[in-house]
Amino acid sequence: MTAAMPAPTLQVLTANRLRDGAVLYRKGEGWVLTLAEADIYADKASADAALATATAELVRNLFVAPYLFEVRRQDDRVVPVKEREIIRAAGPTTYLYTGKQAGQFPPDPALEGPFQTSVTDA
Amino acid sequence: MPLIRVEGGKARIATDSFVAVADDAALPEGAVTVSLARFQKERDQLLARNTPIGVKLQSSENPELLGDDVNRLSLVVLEFPKFRDGRAFSWARMLRTRLGFTGEIRAVGDFLYDQVNYQRRVGFSAWEVREHFTVEMFERAFHEMTNVYQPSTDGRKTIRELRAER
Amino acid sequence: MLNSTAVQPNMYRYDEFDRKFVGERVEQFAYQVERRLKGELTEDQFKPLRLMNGLYLQLHAYMLRIAVPYGTLSSRQVRKLAHIARTYDKNFGHFTTRTNMQFNWIRLIDVPAIQRELASVEMHCIQTSGNCVRNTTADQFAGATDEEIEDPRPLAEIIRQWSSLHPEFVFLARKFKIAVGACKKDRAAMQWHDMAVQVVKNQEGRTGYLVMAGGGMGRTPYIAHVMKEFVEREDILAYLEAVLRVYNQDSRRDNIHKQRIKILINTIGPEEMRRRVEREFQELKKMGTLTLPKAELDRIAAYFAPPAFETGLPDTIPDAGPDFANWVKTNVNRHKAPGYAIATITLKTPGQVPGDATAEQMEAIADIMDEFSVGEVRVTHEQNLVLPHVRKKDLPAIHARLKALDFAAPNAGLITDIIACPGLDYCDLANARSIPIAQKIAKRFENLDRQHEIGELKIKISGCINACGHHHAGHIGILGVDKKGVEFYQLLLGGSGAEDSAIGTIMGPGFGEHEIADAVERVVGLYLKERKDGERFLDTYRRIGMEPFKNVAYQEQLYAAYTG
Repeated sequence: MTAAMPAPTLQVLTANRLRDGAVLYRKGEGWVLTLAEADIYADKASADAALATATAELVRNLFVAPYLFEVRRQDDRVVPVKEREIIRAAGPTTYLYTGKQAGQFPPDPALEGPFQTSVTDA
Repeated sequence: MPLIRVEGGKARIATDSFVAVADDAALPEGAVTVSLARFQKERDQLLARNTPIGVKLQSSENPELLGDDVNRLSLVVLEFPKFRDGRAFSWARMLRTRLGFTGEIRAVGDFLYDQVNYQRRVGFSAWEVREHFTVEMFERAFHEMTNVYQPSTDGRKTIRELRAER
Repeated sequence: MLNSTAVQPNMYRYDEFDRKFVGERVEQFAYQVERRLKGELTEDQFKPLRLMNGLYLQLHAYMLRIAVPYGTLSSRQVRKLAHIARTYDKNFGHFTTRTNMQFNWIRLIDVPAIQRELASVEMHCIQTSGNCVRNTTADQFAGATDEEIEDPRPLAEIIRQWSSLHPEFVFLARKFKIAVGACKKDRAAMQWHDMAVQVVKNQEGRTGYLVMAGGGMGRTPYIAHVMKEFVEREDILAYLEAVLRVYNQDSRRDNIHKQRIKILINTIGPEEMRRRVEREFQELKKMGTLTLPKAELDRIAAYFAPPAFETGLPDTIPDAGPDFANWVKTNVNRHKAPGYAIATITLKTPGQVPGDATAEQMEAIADIMDEFSVGEVRVTHEQNLVLPHVRKKDLPAIHARLKALDFAAPNAGLITDIIACPGLDYCDLANARSIPIAQKIAKRFENLDRQHEIGELKIKISGCINACGHHHAGHIGILGVDKKGVEFYQLLLGGSGAEDSAIGTIMGPGFGEHEIADAVERVVGLYLKERKDGERFLDTYRRIGMEPFKNVAYQEQLYAAYTG
């Protein structure tokens, strides 16, 4: 007889877009704007690896301040555990016509897939 | 590390004639720079050498600790351990005013291009720079702001004085 | 674009030197932005530079903080702020507890253009953040009240120039906030500032300055100590520089939570601080380079000369109905000129986000400024606006125009005139939301009769310990905390930001989002029950202490929930 295993910590990697501050979520080797599309890391190793990769990519000067945060599954959705990340994923609760909830930020092709190389790359 | 000095009002690449000597290393011939602690310990021997002496101060070390010896020095090196630690701006200013130091005040450590003009205004005359700093960058930094509101050790005319001259 | 009917108020006007200074600063920052985008600056290197140009990275986007020196704006400037809100943001702006303007949805790539636009109306974002001397704030009634010795704003303008890009003080241990005042009544929360200057008269009747230092909010609140009872006019810059120098040299740099001047003064003691400052001060006096000549003070003061007040005006406030009468009760104050009044525009209609205004509202206020207030408005640290010079006979028309904007809440200084920081809805530092709490409490108490029954009661709400909502100085302060991922709110009682400044006392464990308004109601209910004649909430609290309030705030079931 074994005790029930605790639910694994699920994490998502986030950052802010440099040029306009928009909240980004990691997907594959790129970033998306909505939490629903983000990759979820089911174990510490893959989460840490994703953060390490993103940190190394800071020199691309496309995003800043990557970090991991906890999410949980609720029905068929992925929901942040902390209030701060709920608000960050949606927008301010004060004006519902602002922020991601209102589709405020435009997508950025340069961020969605593998980054374009350029002459300034080290 | 390359040295940039302000001479005749212009930034120039300079040669560093001083050798920085660790606390436990033997002193070579010629101009040397030592820590404050070493200077306080070996003051007499150092002064007796009759060669130029520099003292390096950490950001927490008040130049008044040099006492009356400050004007026996040719060089004071002020460290910026992190660019956010702005104490050396006050130390440089103090060296120029209260202590009347006329030798070279050199900035070393972690400082930004964007601090160079402020450093100059408060009395720095030399910078130990990382490779990507150029003389052109220094000249640009010195001229980003044409006028100043407040007096400093550089003796520049303030905007108030310029207004009065109009 | 200059509005053809814009009235230019008497305030500081840039000359070619000021214009060049701000213009070059804008280009300097534009170059820093360019280097950041190219990667020649890392974020770690760029951050202090962008902060010193007012740019934060917040939860959702960049936030830009625009300086409103000593809270004074012209109608032209207000229209420009409206334009920026509309063009670069989501059509609204926020007036802050340091009388500045904040925009929450700014893009880094737009900032150089925004700052060029601001420069065109003599505005800037210089040193509105960062570890440097920040915006100097002043009494919002300056130049209009008969309570002041003189208008303190010329001094504030002199301080602004002296502290702008001061080469020695751009990398202080922490931020440094200065306030000025000239009355016994303190409307600028002077004792809560890193340094404050109060215009005073000495025994011989000579005008000079009292300087205090070491006040501050945040993690460890302190009330300022007097540094010098009387500084001669010509010596004031030398004295202020002496304080800054001692602070820059002697403050710790190893623990960001212990690097404000309040910590230094508390550590070495006010006596020792005064001694160190006096030494610097005497040297500076002898050097003479910072002497402020009377001619210069007079020259700057001339910009702030009172407007040409009309004479022969009726000196009574007209009768214009009960709504208007209610508004006059709280929102109109005595003016030094006969026939004139000071009118407060509360941005606190119950249910509205405190301190916010849309672009349209700002433009309408600019029109009101031009028509009724010599083109001038003031921003208060309580997130309201003030029309400093209005004719009494115009008050009904002004009230009607404000009502149309939903900015005529007759609640200045009452319980629904709440201060709230942006909180977790916007701020990267926050633990809890504060705006919805302000809205909730304001709605709960919106009955005007009840508000008047309660009288003066200042509620201040912060979303975290950084205290941008000034909760330590609230008669009732509310501090948002994060308790295991859930927003909780601690109550503090007995704080004050006025001349009777005091630090609020924490009551105990926090209340949940759905309980905090109830807790405030119980506290207010006890006050109404216990108060003696004429006592404000603050007075009753000072008389009876925390215990009775604590007993009533925590009912059995709530207390059990927090201790269980």
